[in-house]
Formats: sequence, structure tokens, C-alpha cells
Amino acid sequence: MNAAQSPGSGVQSRGFRAAKFDFSSFLFSGLTGLATAIILAILAVILLNILFNGWSVLSWHFISTIPTKDFFDAATTGVLPMIVGTTFRVFVMTIFVIPVGVITAIYLTEYAPNTSPLTRIIRAAVNNLAGVPSIVFGLFGLGFFINFIGKNLDALLHNPEPVWGQPALLWASLTLAVMTLPVVIVATEESLKAIPMGLREASLALGATKLETILKIILPQALPGIMTGGILAVSRAAGEVAPILFTGVAYYMASLPHKLSDQFMDLGYHVFVLSTQSPNIEKTRPILYATVLVLLLLTFALNFVAILIRARVRKKLRALG
Amino acid sequence: MGIHRGHRARPVEWLVEKFIFLVSLSAILMVLLIFLFVAREALPIFLGTIDSALVQDAIPVAQMDKLSPAQLREYLGLTDKQLKEMDRETLRSLMEVRVEGQAEITSEFRNDPDARINTTQWRHLLLPHQWTDYDKPEFIWQPVGQIHKYNFVPLIIGSLKTTLIGLLFAVPLAVAAAIYVSQLARPRLRETIKPAIELLSGIPSVVVGFFALLVMASVLQSIFGYETRLNAFVAGIALGFAVIPIVFSISEDALTSVPQSYTHAALALGASRWQTAWQVVLPAAIPGVFAAVVLGFGRAIGETMIVLMVCSASVMSWSIFDSARSITTTIAAEMAEAVSGGHHYRILFMLGALLFAVTFAANMSADVIIHRLKHRLEGKR
Repeated sequence: MNAAQSPGSGVQSRGFRAAKFDFSSFLFSGLTGLATAIILAILAVILLNILFNGWSVLSWHFISTIPTKDFFDAATTGVLPMIVGTTFRVFVMTIFVIPVGVITAIYLTEYAPNTSPLTRIIRAAVNNLAGVPSIVFGLFGLGFFINFIGKNLDALLHNPEPVWGQPALLWASLTLAVMTLPVVIVATEESLKAIPMGLREASLALGATKLETILKIILPQALPGIMTGGILAVSRAAGEVAPILFTGVAYYMASLPHKLSDQFMDLGYHVFVLSTQSPNIEKTRPILYATVLVLLLLTFALNFVAILIRARVRKKLRALG
Repeated sequence: MGIHRGHRARPVEWLVEKFIFLVSLSAILMVLLIFLFVAREALPIFLGTIDSALVQDAIPVAQMDKLSPAQLREYLGLTDKQLKEMDRETLRSLMEVRVEGQAEITSEFRNDPDARINTTQWRHLLLPHQWTDYDKPEFIWQPVGQIHKYNFVPLIIGSLKTTLIGLLFAVPLAVAAAIYVSQLARPRLRETIKPAIELLSGIPSVVVGFFALLVMASVLQSIFGYETRLNAFVAGIALGFAVIPIVFSISEDALTSVPQSYTHAALALGASRWQTAWQVVLPAAIPGVFAAVVLGFGRAIGETMIVLMVCSASVMSWSIFDSARSITTTIAAEMAEAVSGGHHYRILFMLGALLFAVTFAANMSADVIIHRLKHRLEGKR
């Protein structure tokens, strides 16, 4: 190597021994590292801001109280009906979304011929569903579940008053189930792919049928991944507001929701109401922070667990590949 | 996967397999249903069969028998099915309501040419119009009062404005972070940073909106010193927070899927790590990064709660420091007051259909790009 060459003269200058100080390398790593740091800082600022401002206001009384009509008053308000409403709608959603999502994922990994156009279309539809704006899901829920299924159901049952042809918890849950379907499918598929082929082959070689193999060997192995999918779907759905705006959420309800045709109050929607409809934002600020903290604890704790499980599944997958 | 199907002779197994197949079609079915039912509610606007004009001709009830069923149907704005189900008395009372309704309109509107315009026509949705009391043709979205003005252009501009600001803010950060995490960071560091950035996508958009409204808006205002506290700029930056995780994940995925042999070859030829990342890995993965940006665009233009909470005044302006009302915001804010089946309701569904079409195109193109890229990088599969 020609030691006299200046560093700027081209690619040739780099020998086997590293240059004394590679400025462009330093700049590049520095800039990309800085971008990463900025993103992490944004995350940290949001979380810490909410944690510090919300923690002092959070109390058992706040969590367990059903507020009266004026829920902007810090002394008497609470978030019990919102916690119940959010939990209820998310729970009903999982009943629908998990079986459908898991079965679709089983089809895609275990049965679907990899090259067929149909498989490709199913995958494209899943990806597409993941990208439909949440407000469009809300419109879909209103147009399909309430105005089409609900109204026809009312006509069929001869209900004198609309029972199903109006916003209801069931419709909100179903709308969210459609929205979170891709989340469950993708997570389940990932975990199914992580299961070694040898396991399937061994089971089949021992005389088990394909279905037996799936039910008794594959699914138990894939359980962590399916749980991840479920948890991710729950945490995504718990924080979504736009899809339930027209399909079931209520501004105020005096009692807790107890059947599927009830409307419900919701944590995310309550955050929206508190921050935009408050007559005096300075007085509402503490309870607003506390409500946001409750919502975050709910969605974030779930998310955190899911990400931990997923990291483990991915590591397993990489070890196999 | 590779194993071929076993015993065809088992009927139960066969049935279950068919069932699994049918269920797996649900994703396709759902996309079709979404399209069908959003478009169905917006159909009268497409077909131009709805009339939102305030002042319409009123036919005296006495002349009811002179009208043919088709004329009657059109006059009352009914569907064929509705017309058949109604008896004579109902139709008569509908006509009475129409006559009374028209009689109640004050002379102020009766003499206003605007009141005779069907504002749901295409040219009023997309082109500027000179309304009474305005001195030049303008694009106006104002679905309140007696004459509902439904011009889409301010909303489209509002959506584009916030989305572009969000992308300009998010894409450089997210792509740079993806390069850092996938190419430069040590494995241990990577395992910590990646989940942390993914955690950002776990923050509900209503919380991002809340944060932007209560904290960020004031901070940004004190930095940039603009007049309107809540404007498209704040909304755009907040949108960026929601877009970062998606752009990051997809580009990181694309960068990681570039085969190790590329990197090894580049390093063996004497390139430094950053040269490898910048000149070998990034060009190979660039379609994936582009797809990530397209998906980020779809996410940003469809985001509702953030823009709804931060700014919502409908102003026709390209300035980023003015307020903006996006398409999503409009749907979310106005659906509650729109009468089910009325023209406002249908217009909002029309906006939803537009949004669905845009995101559908974005998702599909991103899907195709990523598919081709993986195909190329992994060889035939």
C-alpha cells in the first residue's frame, strides 16, 4: 500500500490497517446513532412526562369510582366505568379474533401451497387490512354491523325499539376484531414458522395424521406466539378510539355496561373528551394525566409482555435459520 | 410448508381442512366487505341521485294523483322498495311535510341562488364556487346552517399538509435509526433498541394527541414563535411519532433481509462498515425503504385522533403554521351530527371511501414492492 496517499484520494487509500481517524465513518455512525437516540428520547419524554404528572393523582379512589355527570371535577371523578367498558369490549373482541386469526395462520403455514396465487391474495389482504385507517373501520362498523346486520336483526326479531340497530358494545368489539385480525395472524404465523420441521416430520412418521400433528404437537409449541398475538391485539385495540366512535362508545353512562347491546364508556375516548371538551383545562389537567396513565399502564404493560415474548420467539427462529 | 397432505380417506379430517381453508378466506372477505359497505353508503353521491338543495319545488298535495309512481319516487327521494312498502296515507303525509317544510324557508334564503344548488354534485365537491357574499370563487367546506357547502379540496389539502410534515419529520429519523440498528449497532444494543422503538407504536394515538395538545404545542410555539398555537405543524410532528415505528420496522426488516454474503463481500474488499451500509446494503434494500415510506404515508393520512385533537379548523391554506382539517378529522367530528341516510352522512362516507381507496393503493403497492424485493434478495423461493 502506498502510505503517501492522502486519505481523500479515493477508495485505494484504505489499507488492511485501519486509517488513523476515519471522519466520514464517524460522521455516518454519529448521525444514524443520533437519529436513534432522538427517537428513544421522544419515547422517554412522553412516558416520563405522563408518569410523573399522573402518578401523584392516581389513587384507588380514582380507579374505583363511578363519576357523576360532571366528570371534569377532580374531587369526585373516577374511571371505573371506562376501565370496565374498555376491558369488556376488548374481551369480547378476543373471543372473535383469536380463533379466526389462529386458524388463518394455521392455513397459511401448514396447508397453503406457497406459490399459489390464492395464498398470495390472502397475504395481500392481511397486509391490506393492517393498513386500513382506523376511522374507515369505524365507518365500516356503522355501515355494516349497525345499519345492515343490526337493523335487519331488529326487523327479524320484531323489536319495537331498536336494540341491535344502534351503537352497541358487540358492534364495537366486532369492528375491533376485524381491525386486529392481521395482528393475530402475523404473530401466530411467526411462531408457527419457528417450530422445527423435524417435529412435524417426526410426528407424521409415527403415524399421526396432519390434523393430529397440528393439534397435539404444533399448537402447544406455538402457544407463546399465539399469546403474543392476542396480547398485541388487545393492547392495540384497548387504545383505539376512532373505530368505536360511531359503533358503541358513549359520552356518559350512569351505570356500567352489562350486556352486549349496551353502550359503554371508554378510557381512550374519555382522554379525548377530557382534553378537548373541558371547560377549564387547567383544572382538568391532573385527572387527565391520571386517566392517560391508567390507559398507558393497561396498553403498555400488555405490549411490553408481548414484545418480550416475541423477542424470544425471534431469537429461536434465528437460531434455527 | 413442505409436508404433503396425508390420508384423504378420513372424512372428519377432510371436513376440518375445508373449514380451516374457509376461515382463512376471512381476511379477503373483510377487505371486500369494508369496500362494499363504505361504498354502499356513499353510492347516491357517486350516482348523483341525492339533492341537497335547500329550496326545491313543492307540488301541492292535491296533485298527488297526477304524478306517475316514478315521478313520485323521484320527488320524495325514495327507493323503489320504500315506495312499494308505503301506503297512500304515508305518501300523502310525506308530501304534506315537504310542502310545509318548503313554506317555512324564510325569504332570505328563498331569494338566495345558493339555496337552489345541489351541493353534492361533483363540480361543487371539487371546483371552487362563488357563494353569495363572497367576492371570488372559493373552496369551502362548511356543512352547517341552511346551505351545506361540501368542497373536498380544503380537506384534501389539510390531510396532505399534516401528512407531509409528518413524513418529512419521521422518515429521515426512522430510516437513519433503521440503518444504525441493523448495520452498525452491536447485537446486544440492537436487542434493546429494537423493542424500545417498537414500544413507541404501542402508545395509543389518543395519548400522542393528548401529549401534542397539552405539552408539545406550547413548547413548539415558544421555539418557533408562530401565532396559532394549534396548527398543522404541531399535528404533523405528532403524526410523525405515530409514523416512526412503522417506517423503522419495515426498513429495518428490508435492510436485515439483505443477504450476509453482500456484507461479507464488501467488507472483504476493504470497505468500512459505513461504506458497506451506505453503498451496498442500503441500495440493495432501497425498494423496501421506499415501501416503508409508502406505508408510513398510508398510516399518516389515515390517522384520526391525533389531528382531531390538535387542530380541526377548516381553513384553505398551504401555510404549515395555519390550522388544518384533515379528511379523517372531518369524518370523526361530523358523523355524530349527520342524519343517518342524509346527504351529510353520505358525503362523509364518500370521504371514507376516498380514504380507503388511497390507503388501499398505498398498501398494495408497498406489498408488491416488498414481495419483489424479498424475491430478488432470497433468490427463487
